[in-house]
Amino acid sequence: MTDSRIQGRRLRATAVLATATATAALLAGCGSSGGGDNPLGPGKAASGQIVVGSNNFAESILLADIYGEALKAKGLKVSYRPNIGSRETTYGFVKNGTLTVLPEYNGALLAYLDAKAAPTSADATDSAAAAKLAPGLELLRHAAAEDKDALVLNAKTAAKLGLTGDSSIGDLAKAAPGLVIGGSPEFQTRQQGLKGLESVYGLHFKSFKALDAGGQLSEAALKNDDVQAADLFTTDPTIAKEKFVTLKDPKNLFGFQNVVPLVRSADLPKEGAAALDAVSAKLDTATLLSLDTKVQTEKKDPMDVATEWLKSVGLS
Amino acid sequence: MNLLHFVTDFFGRSGQWHGYDGIPQRLAEHLEYSLLALLLAAAVALPVGLVTGHTGRGGNALAMLATAGRALPSFGLLVLLFTVMGLGLAPVMIPLVVLAVPPILVTTYEAVRSVDRAPVDAARGMGMGPARVLFQVELPVALPLILSGLRSAAVQIVSTATIAAYVSFGGLGRYIIDGLYQRDYTKVVGGAVLVAALALATLGLFRLAARFAVSPGVRRS
Amino acid sequence: MDEFFRMPSDLQHSYLGLVGWHLEEALVPVLAGLLLSLPLAQLCVRFPRLYPPVLWTTTVLYAVPSLAFFVLLIDWTGQSEVTVMIPLALYSLVVLVPAIVDGVRSVPEETHAAATAMGFGPLRRYLQVELPIAVPAVFAGLRVATVSSISLVSVGALIGNQGALGNLLADAMSYHRPELAVTSVATTALLAVAADALLVLCRRLLTPWSPDRRRRTAAPRPAAVPAAPAVEEAR
Repeated sequence: MTDSRIQGRRLRATAVLATATATAALLAGCGSSGGGDNPLGPGKAASGQIVVGSNNFAESILLADIYGEALKAKGLKVSYRPNIGSRETTYGFVKNGTLTVLPEYNGALLAYLDAKAAPTSADATDSAAAAKLAPGLELLRHAAAEDKDALVLNAKTAAKLGLTGDSSIGDLAKAAPGLVIGGSPEFQTRQQGLKGLESVYGLHFKSFKALDAGGQLSEAALKNDDVQAADLFTTDPTIAKEKFVTLKDPKNLFGFQNVVPLVRSADLPKEGAAALDAVSAKLDTATLLSLDTKVQTEKKDPMDVATEWLKSVGLS
Repeated sequence: MNLLHFVTDFFGRSGQWHGYDGIPQRLAEHLEYSLLALLLAAAVALPVGLVTGHTGRGGNALAMLATAGRALPSFGLLVLLFTVMGLGLAPVMIPLVVLAVPPILVTTYEAVRSVDRAPVDAARGMGMGPARVLFQVELPVALPLILSGLRSAAVQIVSTATIAAYVSFGGLGRYIIDGLYQRDYTKVVGGAVLVAALALATLGLFRLAARFAVSPGVRRS
Repeated sequence: MDEFFRMPSDLQHSYLGLVGWHLEEALVPVLAGLLLSLPLAQLCVRFPRLYPPVLWTTTVLYAVPSLAFFVLLIDWTGQSEVTVMIPLALYSLVVLVPAIVDGVRSVPEETHAAATAMGFGPLRRYLQVELPIAVPAVFAGLRVATVSSISLVSVGALIGNQGALGNLLADAMSYHRPELAVTSVATTALLAVAADALLVLCRRLLTPWSPDRRRRTAAPRPAAVPAAPAVEEAR
């Protein structure tokens, strides 16, 4: 073979390699230019940017959208980091400044910060939680809207045990050793979870099955009777749909669970805090339930549901 | 972060060795899912691979099938099947079988196909039928390669079976998923160590099997 | 059909945006893995004693499930795409290093000697003789690594929406929209098949001397079938 042929092949090979590299670089470039405004990227937000985060369930994403859009309506710069994970992770993100605003539930947050606290009112819950917050963090005014964890039985189990919506969690104590309970993985180690059910109500279940935070897995497992009892959210539209039975919580294990924005005060301007308070003032449980239904049953996009509602209450 | 510290912490925790969330139970579940998936995959892939390898036909179709199988994302398939079929073992098993079929199928086909023609022709000359040629000549010669395909499938199944925990199943993945949501690194590290150890043990087991199962005439090294 | 492509707002990406992001998260690690394994494989060829420990290290890394790897990295790299890409790059080594070593070792002694006789230095011989001859083996490894990388990116959805197309899976569950899972799986599979086909094409262009188009019927072992992936090669 002649020199020029070798030369030709080498050139060709170089060209292919160069093209391949360029394509890869281009793809990477495309990706990261799209990722420039990708709030999920590494590092902290640019200064002046308010980052609104959420936990990994539908209602938390919806609430983040509502609070975030209300801030935008005041002309503030907002970016989102939705669907991050459980409180165990997201609280750390507010603490280290990755997030500025996180929709929280006052009682659940308090139980995370102080497992032993047992406040008797929503305001007391706020102040008890506020006292335990890391420096620089603040709870704004809570909404009337409440979304509690609830111990729920499927219809079959409730009928078998003769329990109704008037029965209390404590009534389950005798039957519990024969039942499997389901909940999010974090429910297993939380005070407002398996631990509290044991220490407050004396419930010792046969076993615990890790599902999700009141989502599709929990609903399916309860419906299938894979678990006989599960932790769902009181605002979950499927409770009524599937005729699940919610047990009463007279000892108030699940406490007060008002929606409340957890914020980093230094990164949130005054008018921002005012805008969030204005949203909370309009948000009650019935409203939250109807907004959840729009997302989870009617399959509307949470952002659309958020902006529509803000407009309807004059906050956009 | 000291990984070793997490490991000793994990194995030293009380209650770690018994009960529904104890290591023996989770290990047994993990083995159960893995073995079942490997058996199902072998039941599908071995016969097809042996026959196509013996006849030498369908190689391109197999290669395409194998590429398609590899292209399907296991985790995505799991979630998709869960949303469509609901809770059950099938949404967990199907992705694992899809993952394991291509390596078994392709190596079996290649192994049988690349058997030296001379002994095969000799066997034919001795009057052996196609079935005897396949099982008495081609299979023993091809066995080391076939076992390596099974080994590769088994190792991938063991490490992928962790995703079963995402749709509420047990197995060692439970520690990893629970640790993620409970922000408990000890659990994550413990689960990862157990899965990796099980995968490496699987690897070793297949090496051992290859040593004993392969006919001395075929063994060379 | 509309439902399949209506992206939930929390993903903050269009469909095509997710596709681009997915490709970035899957391909950058393979490229990094290739750049890392070329010198590593050369060292293993040069010093054969290094090969077994290198193989064992990559095999052990490969045995760690991806999700655990992601979670453990969060402490250093945060919930970011880098966290997803590092394990994928390390996984690719288990396929690429043996592929390159086998490829370079397959260079016949005479070829080696001829190159030396023509006055090629070690670097020139490596770049112009050994590497081109190793191309088919390297590409077989690249194909396996690329396809598995594209599939594994999805698991990143579990560490806070870092899974590109995989994020659709989590949303399929939280919004009760199974069609999003269909979109995710179908798109991911198509990307994998397309990337695989592109690599085959690249290999054919790079190795015009390889006769695989003509010998399809007579060949004892078609190179079109990639070696069984990963750990299989470690011995």
